[in-house]
Amino acid sequence: MTLLFEKIGRETLWFLETAGRMGVFLVRSLYSIFKPPFKITPVFRQIQFIGARSVFVILFTGAFTGMVLGLQGYYTLNKFGSIGFLGSAVALSLIRELGPVLTALMVIGRAGSAICAEIGIMRNSEQIDALECMAIDPYRYLMAPKLLAGIIVLPLLTAIFDVIGILGGWAVGVGLFGVNEGAYFQGMYASVGWTDIRMGLAKSLIFGLLLVWIAAAKGYWLHLERSGGFGAEGVSRVTTDAVVMSSVSVLVWDYLISAMLL
Amino acid sequence: MNKGAKPASEAIIRLIGIEKSFGDQQVLNGVDLEVPEGTTTIIVGASGQGKSVMVKHMLGLIKPDKGQVLVYGEDINKVKSRRLKEIRTTFGVLFQNVALFDSMTVYDNVALPLRERTRLDEKTIRDRVTDKLALMDMKDAGEKYPAQLSGGMRKRAGLARALMLDPKVIFFDEPTTGLDVNKSNELYRLFFETQQQLGYSAVFVSHDVPKIFKLADYVALISEGVIQGCLPPEEFQLSEQPKIRAFVRETMGALYYSELEERGLYEEVQS
Repeated sequence: MTLLFEKIGRETLWFLETAGRMGVFLVRSLYSIFKPPFKITPVFRQIQFIGARSVFVILFTGAFTGMVLGLQGYYTLNKFGSIGFLGSAVALSLIRELGPVLTALMVIGRAGSAICAEIGIMRNSEQIDALECMAIDPYRYLMAPKLLAGIIVLPLLTAIFDVIGILGGWAVGVGLFGVNEGAYFQGMYASVGWTDIRMGLAKSLIFGLLLVWIAAAKGYWLHLERSGGFGAEGVSRVTTDAVVMSSVSVLVWDYLISAMLL
Repeated sequence: MNKGAKPASEAIIRLIGIEKSFGDQQVLNGVDLEVPEGTTTIIVGASGQGKSVMVKHMLGLIKPDKGQVLVYGEDINKVKSRRLKEIRTTFGVLFQNVALFDSMTVYDNVALPLRERTRLDEKTIRDRVTDKLALMDMKDAGEKYPAQLSGGMRKRAGLARALMLDPKVIFFDEPTTGLDVNKSNELYRLFFETQQQLGYSAVFVSHDVPKIFKLADYVALISEGVIQGCLPPEEFQLSEQPKIRAFVRETMGALYYSELEERGLYEEVQS
């Protein structure tokens, strides 16, 4: 019995400690964005890394998601004789849900893991200590550009995903199944409102922050993580953790934001 | 350099009663140490005794469980973060594994402190970096990445980076580990020359006994979590303190420690 309480106590303490650490990391990183000297080149470099290099993946997944939505939507709507809604069904599911979520998941897989591994290796090989000893704030130097880039890039990638997805749906619905093109786009114009766009935008902004935050913090606190420790294996374990944790957080927050904004 | 003399100058770094444990393991158990200005202090001791941990305390990278770390008379765990930064700009560090930024070229590595901590224009930065690289005999290595360098070159690049902001104190954590005799002599030569030139104080953590004694003003032995003694190298080698005697015997061989054996040897030679 005592053992059980001990375990519960230990786990609770561990949870609080981790949560506190993550919170401090976020606050310090956000604060460091506003700390001079401001340098724009590192932000562009991160935008290129997180954003530009993810475009191909986003185009690909966006197109196929739109196509499968067109396909499934056609069969379902056809049963009820409401093929005219295909355009709005595809557009609404993309803009409100699938666009931001799938974009975030793709970026986590491509850039989130890389961010975590990069910072984890820097921690492991004392490069972060070296920064501190040179009186260079690692939050400002390493985290701020990544965080800014994440917040800037995710909405843009999401927009690309949405547009390509809608075109994918169009290709299958209109091109393959012969749905009326006017009905496809007219239905979309009529049903998609600013609230939907706003919800998609809010989600992608928050996901952008969330994924960089979790990936970077996991790498940064590598030496304090239970699964972390030192060495190459530590980096790989923490990277896996970061990917799982940020993916799950994206889905949880997706629900929370939807619930708040609907 | 005033080898063997008692410190005439103020201590720039003082550790007072530092205690530190990691989990259940008590690493430092009340460490007291002074680093006098303008001198070279060498910290020796067996592996895992907390030498690097001591240095990390001096740098403010680790907070002690108990005790004070005074740098220029200020407790670096109590000062504001801005002041800590100011203090750290007077530090140079050569880490055990050098900790060069592996995604940057050597040139960018050495230029980083200037780019981030000063407002110099790129041309001045280029001149200074080129100068420092030349001083380290690395004129042509600027465009290489750390992974493309040999161990010795990496250490020299690290030293160039550590010297960039003209520090008052430089910390060397096992600077010659993994280098052959020539390469480590080369590094010691560069250290000696730059110290003569720039007059910085130095704190070494080293295994390279007895060679490192030639550079030392003071040698401090850490064992069982406390400093067993901090003495000029000659006194250190002749010390009666049992822990120091044991260390000298282990690392430098019988000749250095035992008068009996020495006498025996001479008799043999004479007869």
